[in-house]
Amino acid sequence: MRKILKATISKKVEEALITMNHTLKDNFVARLKKAQAEENSALAKSIINDVLHNQDIAKEGVFPLCQDTGMVVVFADVGYEVMIEGNLEDAINEGAANAYVRGFLRKSVVAHPFKRENTKTNTPIIYHERRVEGNKIHLKIAAKGAGSENMSRVFMLKPTEGEAGVIDAVIKTVREAGGRACPPITVGVGLGGNLEKSALLAKEALFRDLDDTHDDPTIATLEKTLYEKLNETGVGPMGVGGKTTCLAVKINTFPMHIASLPVAVNIQCHASRHTEVTL
Amino acid sequence: MIRLKTPLSKNDVKTLKAGDQVLISGRIYTARDQAHARLKDEKNLAINLEGSVIYYVGPTPEKPGYIIGSSGPTSSYRMDELAVPLMEKGVVAMIGKGERSDAFIEAMQKHRAVYFMATGGAGALLASKIKSSRVVMYDDLDAEAVRELEVEDFPCYVAYDIHGGNLFKHD
Ligand code: SF4
Repeated sequence: MRKILKATISKKVEEALITMNHTLKDNFVARLKKAQAEENSALAKSIINDVLHNQDIAKEGVFPLCQDTGMVVVFADVGYEVMIEGNLEDAINEGAANAYVRGFLRKSVVAHPFKRENTKTNTPIIYHERRVEGNKIHLKIAAKGAGSENMSRVFMLKPTEGEAGVIDAVIKTVREAGGRACPPITVGVGLGGNLEKSALLAKEALFRDLDDTHDDPTIATLEKTLYEKLNETGVGPMGVGGKTTCLAVKINTFPMHIASLPVAVNIQCHASRHTEVTL
Repeated sequence: MIRLKTPLSKNDVKTLKAGDQVLISGRIYTARDQAHARLKDEKNLAINLEGSVIYYVGPTPEKPGYIIGSSGPTSSYRMDELAVPLMEKGVVAMIGKGERSDAFIEAMQKHRAVYFMATGGAGALLASKIKSSRVVMYDDLDAEAVRELEVEDFPCYVAYDIHGGNLFKHD
């Protein structure tokens, strides 16, 4: 058994959240630059330029990338040989609260659907835990803004709708989102499972490395097809038109019922804040 | 690039066309969902809305020594209905992000008002154009309080003009 202190976990989560709210990943920035160079529309170029300029200012550490510093989502893979005194979820919540309070991030969480009083700490986080082999804890941490989350959808397709049905569902979601989801977007697609499993797959797909390739060739091809088709929609950066609607499409799959073909489409705006921490 | 100074005149608004890039300087006010819901029936308005510009933003808290935190636009569609009573009170321009309803566009044209888009997610860049900030109403709403901002060369794009031009229609 390996023992990990609760305070160690909280501190790591706190640091990760503050850093990710001020920095985009290098390969994300590289894709933005490439897209800007390839855009024909002056307006689209100008918008991508704003986004690039913005991340230059944000990475100095004073102003977060976006004023919507998101609601925190954590996928925790916890090794069977790890021992934590106390509750892991509590430790992560504590780290998140510290990040938002001490890090001058916006507290965007309200407790009740109608009363809507702010919890003042940006917690609770949304927490998913799995037990895995080994003596480590691996955390995937996202801060997800509402603009793109509100535009995300789940479709329960008929199995016979197949690949064409999936393509339609994704394109429809992205078109309807338009500029409101702050494109250029990244699209996480969850294919299979059931209602909630598909949504989880889509959310976790957004953590994949932008430059990876799916090991199932059929899915890898579908990712490429969707990427191309989405960039032909003409939505463009912030909805002003152009070739740059999305920077990547990532699809995660899971077995499903013979009568189901669930498709979840989780849209990620250009303020893509995802990180991974191993303890 | 068009330079605008607030408060905006009827003529300023008339000359703007969807797709124009503008730099706004002067005083603007912030308001989001909750502030709109209150402003619509407000009896004690602490601000003058005539010719005013409303910015849909809920900034991050300012760090010590800084004027404001990250300050990018929020999605405007949530304010579509609530914006109408404010236009009746004199608001001539709104800054936000994303598409809005046909009903809003119609009301906006009727009141000879204009809708600007600021680049969503560019909160750090836009904060650097804000020269002063103070809460003028609804302190209890925290990030959603109404603030008076002094901005300089605040970059926006004309999204909907009064002549029917629409930045988001481009097929
Ligand atoms: S959708 Fe993303 S980039 Fe746009 S305002 Fe929300 S968090 Fe920021």
